[in-house]
Amino acid sequence: MKINLKVWRQKNTNTSGKIVNYVVNEVNPDMSFLEMIDVLNGQLVRKGEDPIAFDHDCREGICGMCSMVVDGRPHGPLHGTTTCQLYMRNYKDGDTIYVEPFRAHAFPIIKDLAVNRGAFDRIIAAGGFVSVSTGQAQDANAIPVEKAVADNAMDAAACIGCGACVAACPNGSAMLFTAAKVSHLNQLPQGKAEATRRALNMVKQMDAEGFGKCSNIGACEAECPKEISIENIARLNREYIKAVFTGE
Amino acid sequence: MKLDSKIPQGPVGEKWSNYKEHAKLVNPSNKRKLEIIVVGTGLAGASAAATLAELGYKVKAFCFQDSPRRAHSIAAQGGINAAKNYKNDGDSVYRLFYDTIKGGDFRAREGNVHRLAEVSVNIIDQCVAQGVPFAREYGGLLDNRSFGGAQVSRTFYARGQTGQQLLIGAYQALERQVGLGNVKMYSRHEMLDIVKIDGKARGIIAKNLVTGELERHFGHAVLLCTGGYGNVFFLSTNAMGSNVTAAWRAHKRGAFFGNPCYTQIHPTCIPVSGDYQSKLTLMSESLRNDGRIWVPKRKEDCGKHPNDIKEEDRDYYLERKYPSYGNLCPRDIASRAAKEVCDEGRGVGKTGLAVYLDFSDAINRLGLETVKARYGELFPMYQNITGEDPLKQPMRIFPAVHYTMGGLWVDYELMTTVPGLYALGEANFSDHGANRLGASALMQGLADGYFVIPYTIGNYLSGEIFTKSIPTDHPAFAEAENNVRERINTLKNNGGKTPVDEFHKQLGKIMWEYCGMARNAEGLTKARQMIQTLKADFWNDARITGEINEFNPELDKAMRVADFLELGELMVVDALNRNESCGGHFRTEYQDNGEAKRNDDEYAYVSAWEFKGDNQEPELHKEELVYEAIQLQVRSYK
Repeated sequence: MKINLKVWRQKNTNTSGKIVNYVVNEVNPDMSFLEMIDVLNGQLVRKGEDPIAFDHDCREGICGMCSMVVDGRPHGPLHGTTTCQLYMRNYKDGDTIYVEPFRAHAFPIIKDLAVNRGAFDRIIAAGGFVSVSTGQAQDANAIPVEKAVADNAMDAAACIGCGACVAACPNGSAMLFTAAKVSHLNQLPQGKAEATRRALNMVKQMDAEGFGKCSNIGACEAECPKEISIENIARLNREYIKAVFTGE
Repeated sequence: MKLDSKIPQGPVGEKWSNYKEHAKLVNPSNKRKLEIIVVGTGLAGASAAATLAELGYKVKAFCFQDSPRRAHSIAAQGGINAAKNYKNDGDSVYRLFYDTIKGGDFRAREGNVHRLAEVSVNIIDQCVAQGVPFAREYGGLLDNRSFGGAQVSRTFYARGQTGQQLLIGAYQALERQVGLGNVKMYSRHEMLDIVKIDGKARGIIAKNLVTGELERHFGHAVLLCTGGYGNVFFLSTNAMGSNVTAAWRAHKRGAFFGNPCYTQIHPTCIPVSGDYQSKLTLMSESLRNDGRIWVPKRKEDCGKHPNDIKEEDRDYYLERKYPSYGNLCPRDIASRAAKEVCDEGRGVGKTGLAVYLDFSDAINRLGLETVKARYGELFPMYQNITGEDPLKQPMRIFPAVHYTMGGLWVDYELMTTVPGLYALGEANFSDHGANRLGASALMQGLADGYFVIPYTIGNYLSGEIFTKSIPTDHPAFAEAENNVRERINTLKNNGGKTPVDEFHKQLGKIMWEYCGMARNAEGLTKARQMIQTLKADFWNDARITGEINEFNPELDKAMRVADFLELGELMVVDALNRNESCGGHFRTEYQDNGEAKRNDDEYAYVSAWEFKGDNQEPELHKEELVYEAIQLQVRSYK
């Protein structure tokens, strides 16, 4: 099939970008969306033009590296799917598709579709961990964890840190990302000892990075490729309020 | 040069304790003065960087991804082994050790593997304490499942995302140290050369991938935790960015390369669908716990819909050939058996290069919901990629390149043949012999990073406490940087016309055809020629668009492919040298009715290759494998 692409091209952080039109012929329905861009890039290189820069790595939906807004939606039209797991059988011959980078104040564009998500690492560094150094651990079965709690923690821990929640949010808020980590660790017995500090410090860092505020719109949950629930945001809010009243 | 593996004396079960009790230590105030470079932030790199920083060393960590959390360890699905014996089913450190040696077809070092089995239990403790949400039973205790090559259930898992959860645990530990100022993190940086001063590793040249600038970094020691080189095949289950560059540059600076030809071809991957394909997707080995592998008994039935083929017309060939392990035989054996039935013309799917992995029995036995819960994301992922529902019809699977057992040669302390240069995790060769068992890669990466290197590096650094930081205007840094710059310029300015991927795909085809699941002397000899020609073409005709001093993924890819071309040749040379079949290395000339035929008299050694110069023959050094605790025997899973 033939696909018309309208792709955001931007040389670097400091220049302005624009939409450029491309046509990709002979798209196979079994191709992934990124493989279609590979094919286009191969054609551009042959012509001596600069290929489209985009982030991608594992191509199996788990590393969180790919980061495109496809037809206005982070990771494209399918629910619970990263861009790399979007297959061309979801499109038909002659379709036109807009491809843009994740846009947020806290995610500056590096080039074309690649953005800088370093702010997420700094949020984790502020408190997204259990302070246990190597060698300090007790026997693994010494801490029983109720199965339902472990499952809930796992649901939150499934976050791949891609930033689709931020890109989807009209406020550019990182609440779902931050909440998922607080929720993962604060629910578990191992994470309780520093639950207060974690909630306070991570939220503080999130604000410092220039992410917007959460106004309970829910776009983050709708676009999250791992279907992380906004219940986690409710949990973060509880943890945060508790921390404000009881914390340092 | 004589290879010294530095295996401690004494019975195998006491070697590691003896070593730890006698290794030299570095006191806390000296640790603060010692700088360590860690390249790569997967399980091995993140766990090492975090742990060394916790101990008080000054650490700089590098990764080419935009965040250390994205390293390819994240994609491991099934689980991690540990000799906890929580199931009371007869497991022990010795049994995990023995299974790993046997799974590796008796080509791994006893001392290293026993140490791995010993520390496996500490890994689970550490990860649980970090908050890794492993699967649990209703009593709140940890659950286990079975994996290939073992008759006990010793695999811990977090749905189908164990690698992700373990990596995030290590990443969080790393970020904690970043926040405390003990680790300086360099994301989107690729190591392009090692700097050696007076014979010791003293730093690296790294490219800032955002700006294109070359940077010089000093370290008293350098750790390469840069993963495997499966992407030499172009199509593999590795991430697109996984590469051999750091390891290969180290090799060219004097680090020997161990057993490069040992490649793991994983039996359960989604088959290739077309030429445009960029990577292959693994379906976790854990699926073989409940899935049964079969093909039609008769060629004529191969075109039929699988659900229309009657039970008596199906050949569950693994259960038939290996009754005691059945569908859970090791990966190399399962892969070869799949190739065999496809070669007989009994493969299924459009290309005839696939076999069925069927869950209908498990669904009947356990119910649909239980089966779905056990494998989490795997079924939707398969459906997404293929458009078929594996709960309604069997999956189609085929072997694909997955892991490389070979890697930089290291001694018991994980040091390469370059003093001060270490290799951890998949980047080294040491623990898996000629075939790795499932759920052992995660174990090894974390063992090396959390529990081995923190002890062994002290033994070296205790001798470096008087070495001051060397300023990076030292001539050795300048020489290494110029070397990198020259390579980049040569490639960029060659006036070529062909995209880099084209060369990479061609290399992949050569490797898969001649150095893949089955190899022979004639094919390997031919492959070597083909690779040399391809390499020359690459340097003349690869087109790199864009500028050097900007974000340029095309240039980064080209640098990696340049190194894959050289590595590919060494793999072929190694495969040609090893006139036997063992584990993942199957030479068609050496077999007993399709089973690998080892030659212990002549090949019970590690091949460690020394780089002698571009276009020069590499030199083979042999490390004899000495077995004291176990008897060499023919591996049988029947």
